[in-house]
Amino acid sequence: MSFHGPHLLGIRDLSKTDIGEILDAAESFRAVLDRDIKKVPTLRGKTIVNLFFEPSTRTRTSFELAGKRLSADVVNFSQSTSSVVKGETLIDTARTIEAMPAEILVIRHPHSGAAELLARHVSASVINAGDGMHEHPTQALLDLYTVREALRRVEGLRIAIVGDVLHSRVARSDILAFKTMGASVVVCGPPTLLPPGLAEWGADVTVRIEEALRDADVVIALRMQMERQNAGFVPSLNEYAVLYGLTRERIDRARPGLLVMHPGPINRGVEIAPEVADSAASLILNQVANGMAVRMAVLYLVAGGASA
Amino acid sequence: MILVRGGRLIDPASGTDAPRDLLVDGGTVAGIEEPGIIRPEAANEVIEAEGLAILPGLADVHVHLREPGFEYKETIASGTRAAAAGGVTSVCCMPNTRPVNDCGAVTRFIVERAAADGAVNVFPIGAATKGSEGDGLSDIGELVGSGCVAVSDDGRPIVSPAVMRRVLEYSRIFDIPVVNHCEDLGLSAGGVMNEGKTASALGLRGIPGASEEIMARRDIALAELTGARLHVAHVSTAGAVRAVREAKARGVRVTAETCPHYFLLTDEAVGRYNTNAKMNPPLRSAEDRRAVREGLADGTIDAICTDHAPHQADEKEVEFDRAPFGIVGLETLLPLSLVLWREGVMPLMDVVRRLTQTPAEIMKLDRGRLAPGLPADLALVDLNAEYRVDASMFHGKTRNTPFDGWTVRGRVERTLVGGVTVYRRGRE
Repeated sequence: MSFHGPHLLGIRDLSKTDIGEILDAAESFRAVLDRDIKKVPTLRGKTIVNLFFEPSTRTRTSFELAGKRLSADVVNFSQSTSSVVKGETLIDTARTIEAMPAEILVIRHPHSGAAELLARHVSASVINAGDGMHEHPTQALLDLYTVREALRRVEGLRIAIVGDVLHSRVARSDILAFKTMGASVVVCGPPTLLPPGLAEWGADVTVRIEEALRDADVVIALRMQMERQNAGFVPSLNEYAVLYGLTRERIDRARPGLLVMHPGPINRGVEIAPEVADSAASLILNQVANGMAVRMAVLYLVAGGASA
Repeated sequence: MILVRGGRLIDPASGTDAPRDLLVDGGTVAGIEEPGIIRPEAANEVIEAEGLAILPGLADVHVHLREPGFEYKETIASGTRAAAAGGVTSVCCMPNTRPVNDCGAVTRFIVERAAADGAVNVFPIGAATKGSEGDGLSDIGELVGSGCVAVSDDGRPIVSPAVMRRVLEYSRIFDIPVVNHCEDLGLSAGGVMNEGKTASALGLRGIPGASEEIMARRDIALAELTGARLHVAHVSTAGAVRAVREAKARGVRVTAETCPHYFLLTDEAVGRYNTNAKMNPPLRSAEDRRAVREGLADGTIDAICTDHAPHQADEKEVEFDRAPFGIVGLETLLPLSLVLWREGVMPLMDVVRRLTQTPAEIMKLDRGRLAPGLPADLALVDLNAEYRVDASMFHGKTRNTPFDGWTVRGRVERTLVGGVTVYRRGRE
């Protein structure tokens, strides 16, 4: 394994080589998933704990199935059933679970930096399954995988990311991931939902979706949450849909062959029109299937790769 | 009688920077003379200050001693020992204790505890409003009568301009400063660090610099309206420096303070969620840091203080969002401030002035300078001694500093309060 340390905390820590290795491993596991018997003994005897402090169905299920298909024992620990409500700190909770013992902790947490905090205090490997508004590295890796699978390359492509970038850990990880792999990235959204300093990350920034789509090979629409309307970031979801929604007309006016992705769950008719989500240009379901292969690769590599 | 002999006296109030011997009698300075004039026989104790600078004891106008109510973080005894070790002989303690220092009983408790357990002088700052809740005025007369030197709602800015106006107006009876933490809470709501590219990359909610500037400008307008004295706490932004500079030029009665972290660090110090770099106001941009330095150099910012805010390690070792704001500073105040002199921002005399004379004047303490008849509060400092900051050796109860491990220059060797040695390095 060549990525630094025993953890996967963020794309920020990964080199181009690291990412290439993960994607290559994912490709092998993708082949496993197409077999009749979708299970390998790679992580037999290892314990993976999914520590989910935030509601999540798809990411948790994806990690759970990934672990099971590697023959690991997988335990789910979610906030509602935990002692977190009794005031136990994250570190104490994690140490308790680790003592059971577990080799890999997969954490989803509402606060940015929670995965880093955990990694500093436990000896198990920590995989960040999304921390606050910070990073969601496995989502970015599966996005890379999906683009590479569809277009046979990532380098030189133009990726547009549209929507609520301010609150999006997916956007942060995607910008870093696509830039690292040699793509160019254009970020688009209403100024109220664009974080300051974006340009310094090497992404182009625009507030006009037509401009973002003009040269794009792939567009990633971000989920637009109802609470952003209530908090006054946008006047209404309706206006958001009018100004920034991925509609049939906008796709038709963009470069032919533009592919559409979305980390899910999608709000049909808000950030993406139903006919776009269900069109041939949509890779949304490929993302889901690839997610499991990428997570198998990450679990495998974090557990020690070939030596596991 | 004590003779402090052979040192270099740096006393900004008198403009002295020269070899001087100092005679202390019964807690006050009895004489300051050129070397050799005071005969050693006149004293029954001689303190050799050869190679050391003699400074007026530092006056830190923004300190959290945590007692009463949060004695596990700090006590009047531990906090003043930390002060003594830092050459700080007077501290003004903020009212955000439990109960809040909003009445004479709490003030008297602090004053009495300080007299009994305190290593240095303690001057309480009372709450401006009852419970620091920003509504009704606290009994400011009673607070002042019991020993408070200023009023403030500390970390809770007075939100209502009408209430702030009344606090300022009422403070004129006593001619005390009203200290406000300038932050527009609406603008900074939920923020945990400076708004900017570092916060964006870390996925942390930002506090824009404008939130400080807006509140500073509002308070300045109200100080102008009322003719009262405003003291702007811990200035961290270019905008607030500009606002104070313009106000002073117009003759508004405004003073300002800042802390070493605002002229030494930027928000990049948060690094990978270092909660010991989390305080409020937050560490700002390089441009803000430059402006704070300029403000100190041209006198816009009158005083350097610490905003000493002890928190235990287990309180800080949590998710960044959930960690309390604040860092300790008493034991690093002097060497960190001397960086301003070493880096050519301002002359040594002015650095010492902002640590002694001006803060004492703001709070009307008869301290911060050395002259016959004044209290013998002084710090003996080896200006050239270089050492590593080791938080585990701090005298205060907690270790929450971003400066742990820094190599600094300027070491406090001995601290006297009222002629009594309260700290001597290596002899504790």
